[in-house]
Amino acid sequence: MSESSTTGDTLLSGDASVTATVVREELLRDYPAKTKKKREKQIVINDKQRGEDGSLHLPVVAANTRTVPGIITQRGCCYAGCKGVILGPTRDIVNIVHGPIGCSFYSWLTRRNQTHTPTDEHDNFMTYCFSTDMTEENIIFGGEKRLRQAIQEAYDLFHPKAIAVFSTCPVGLIGDDVHQVSAEMKKQLGINVFAFSCEGYKGVSQSAGHHIANNQIFKHVIGEDDTERSQWSINLLGEYNIGGDAFVIEDLLERCGIELVSTFSGNSTYDQFANAHMARLNAVMCHRSINYVADMIEKKYGTPWIKVNFIGANATAKSLRKIAEYFDDRKLTENVERVIGEEFPAVVEAQRKYRPRCAGKRAVLFVGGSRAHHYQELFSELGMETIAAGYEFAHRDDYEGRQVLPTIKIDADSRNIEELRVDADQEKFRESDRQKGLKREEQGYTFREYDGMMAEMKDQTLIIDDISHSEAERLIKMVRPDVFCAGIKEKYSVQKMGVPCKQLHSYDYGGPYAGFTGAINFYEEIDRMVNARIWSRVQPPWENGSPGTESSSPSPTSLEEMEELEESTNS
Amino acid sequence: MTLLRHTRGGEITERQALTINPAKTCQPIGAMYAALGIHRCLPHSHGSQGCCSYHRSTLSRHYKEPVMAATSSFTEGSSVFGGQANLLQAIDNIFTVYQPDVIAVHTTCLSETIGDDIPQISEKASEKGLIPDGKCVIHASTPSYVGAAPTGFANMTAGMVKYFSKSTSPTKVADRVNVIPGWVEPADMREIKRIVAAMGLESIVFPDTSDVLDCPQTGMHEMFPKGGVTVEQLRATGDSAATIALGPICSDAAAVELTNKCGVPHTTLPLPIGLEATDRFILALREYNGGLVPQEITDERGRLIDLITDMHQYFYNKTAALWGDPDQLVSLSELLLTVDILPKYVVTGTPGKKFLRRMGEVLQERKSEVQVRQGTGADLFLMHQWIKNEKVDLLIGNTYGKYISRDEGIPLVRHGFPILDRVGHQFFPTVGYRGAIRLLEQILEALMQRQDDQCSEERFELTM
Ligand code: SF4
Ligand code: SF4
Repeated sequence: MSESSTTGDTLLSGDASVTATVVREELLRDYPAKTKKKREKQIVINDKQRGEDGSLHLPVVAANTRTVPGIITQRGCCYAGCKGVILGPTRDIVNIVHGPIGCSFYSWLTRRNQTHTPTDEHDNFMTYCFSTDMTEENIIFGGEKRLRQAIQEAYDLFHPKAIAVFSTCPVGLIGDDVHQVSAEMKKQLGINVFAFSCEGYKGVSQSAGHHIANNQIFKHVIGEDDTERSQWSINLLGEYNIGGDAFVIEDLLERCGIELVSTFSGNSTYDQFANAHMARLNAVMCHRSINYVADMIEKKYGTPWIKVNFIGANATAKSLRKIAEYFDDRKLTENVERVIGEEFPAVVEAQRKYRPRCAGKRAVLFVGGSRAHHYQELFSELGMETIAAGYEFAHRDDYEGRQVLPTIKIDADSRNIEELRVDADQEKFRESDRQKGLKREEQGYTFREYDGMMAEMKDQTLIIDDISHSEAERLIKMVRPDVFCAGIKEKYSVQKMGVPCKQLHSYDYGGPYAGFTGAINFYEEIDRMVNARIWSRVQPPWENGSPGTESSSPSPTSLEEMEELEESTNS
Repeated sequence: MTLLRHTRGGEITERQALTINPAKTCQPIGAMYAALGIHRCLPHSHGSQGCCSYHRSTLSRHYKEPVMAATSSFTEGSSVFGGQANLLQAIDNIFTVYQPDVIAVHTTCLSETIGDDIPQISEKASEKGLIPDGKCVIHASTPSYVGAAPTGFANMTAGMVKYFSKSTSPTKVADRVNVIPGWVEPADMREIKRIVAAMGLESIVFPDTSDVLDCPQTGMHEMFPKGGVTVEQLRATGDSAATIALGPICSDAAAVELTNKCGVPHTTLPLPIGLEATDRFILALREYNGGLVPQEITDERGRLIDLITDMHQYFYNKTAALWGDPDQLVSLSELLLTVDILPKYVVTGTPGKKFLRRMGEVLQERKSEVQVRQGTGADLFLMHQWIKNEKVDLLIGNTYGKYISRDEGIPLVRHGFPILDRVGHQFFPTVGYRGAIRLLEQILEALMQRQDDQCSEERFELTM
């Protein structure tokens, strides 16, 4: 039975005829047959069925499949996911991009990862862009020699703790052995040098790059430093410190007395990664990009993992409580409640201010691998409804929940992304942590749980995976959302259609939006966007649908007089 | 705290293999930009989807405008077997869904390394009936391991000539010139059209991104805005009296192609940025309009001279560091010398034989006071090292200069590509006499604000 109590078709706009079914048909209408067949499986109505036993059944979204050539996609490449997303925010690794200049140039400082070094003496290479800038000669005769030389030059100039090498498309094709070169240089220089085979053509999106990054960090860095950590220590996985989000979360954790061993990878350092296996719990923010590391740490070292979300005030409170609940200590619980108590009044106050101005408005979100889900929290705190959403590069589990994992078929594009075989580490596996996890699980505490986006969205909303430009444009025309969340490539076409577009990759150079203070920032930002006067001034006064020119009624000389005048004309 | 804390002066060791903080980017983005200057054209990136995503993002950030382009979305399979199937499907989808008049395909490092033959694939598309009547697929080969962004612009612009230009009669249209504007902003292209019209000439400016990347907010998104050179105009370039190519690196190839293909004579000039370069542009146009220069233009020139004579003391003996595209750097350097600012450090990652020679011509007797570098190792890291060793008063270049600017306390005038953190470049031209006024006004603002910020209280001036 459908969850929806009424007709089964939630209205997407004021117009009762605009149902999800109608919109879906319009989005698919003009595609050539082959394209249509493919897109039909990625544009899905969130038809939530309850089984007899109350279990939720969701339709299948054909996520993480190839983008159809020519449709104008939001997606980027494997390299962007690996170097740009995962490794980009770590400040003290020199990241050398092996390839022609462009790939490195475009990922130079463009993701807004903030970082904070304790002093000026600490390494920070994030402001630098390193490339082997391959020439035609290297493409023909191979680029290994140039790479070796580049690593040497980077070492001589910067003396970093570690150097990472990233392969781009042409490198994979000509077959440079970046791992071999890195291993040699590691030996020669006496610092860690490791490589990522993250050529852009691998997989079907950035997602493949996340996986490759997870694998290599796990293989080459995690586990290097066994310094003991406190009983309430965690890693925060999948938080990239866009606009200072990680700073907010760091502050909250610190005030609660929770030790943050490492963040993957916002505001992070090499040493944090090396020591990450010593944390007692892994808290996963962006499930899509980092669940591999969480799984592998658990297998090798015994650290259990939980899903958290610090986007949204309620979600933040819930996540802090969930962490405290795991450690199950009265003092910690008190700390957490105290911090929530300190933060919440301002949140409530802000909600009181902004909710009336935003409530009832409608949002659509097409972004990332977790944000299109997480940010629905913030919209609902504003009383806004999400009527359509989709990810750029997520997998089925991010839509439908992790319970579908066993049913996901591995296709040709995923098969060649390495799945590391991980076994328990004889020496370093902490049986006590595993036992603790098992015990907590018996008590009803849930680990490794992520229900995905669809379970939390309303019945009969629209799910669009890897949305194309034409679909976005048709969606806007039909449902006229009040705010559209996407990225820079969509930003200005959406706005040209008269709808404000919030970038949820870069935050439009604003933020932070995480935690309690972040939530308040976001409320204010959405209020600004959906209520900006300028949207009602787009039409010139001399064209139809305009407010028209001022009438020739008597001119008031003060605001009070004007209001009086207006009242008299209105009545 | 310093942002570029690892950059030091002292003895500078030459690097052979490592580029740090590049002063260039890759070919396809130039090709994409040029293709956007064709009316109703959708640029298409034949390769993996990352390149296309990066190019669109960077152009969007620079213009704060939608940048529409499609990609062949290569997967590992296509990188082994070639991208023919991808391109055929892309062509079908694009013409069916987006309905442009032209698809302008450029290659990427990947498809170039594989060796995909684009003309052959479009031939196939045509045989399969995937290209509707009256529509076309053009292409340019743009491997990034050769050249840089301006090279891509040049290749795509030459592609326009290859695919479209036609000579329909031996007699040319006497008062019509083709102008290839080079890689300049939409506002510059609009200004160039205005200047040519003011000179009483008809023109075909190609590519032309005005009214494509500086569109008004209307509440409607036009997938293909009203701007851009039309296919019909491109065909007609073969019948124009002459071609004036602005900026040899970006525009020479197309002009030469047009001479060879249609017998249209060409003159290649530096970009008309600054007094002398604009003078040369006006003189070149005068060859075709009967020798007239309207008062309007003469007055504009006069105003520029007036500004320089009035404010010369603030320019005099200052030094600047410049980076960016070679065509821009040559003309900018000349403008700086005109006002007696020394372009002390000039750096470009973009290769191209003529650059160093032309810099030599511009610098003349001041050559020995200037460091110019091009190609491998010519990057912002090197320039910053030079600055550490000996400071300058002013930085002129793209947004990446703001890190040096902040660390060293040197004002930055944003010019070139990309500008990711300010607006203005999309609205106000820097070409022509009026453009030079705009540039000098920005330079003055930077220098005078610095003086205001840094001078002692007693030397703080009301009138300057
Ligand atoms: S692969 Fe080549 S074309 Fe693509 S971004 Fe890198 S340098 Fe540019
Ligand atoms: S060349 Fe490959 S790795 Fe580089 S940006 Fe393009 S798709 Fe990504």
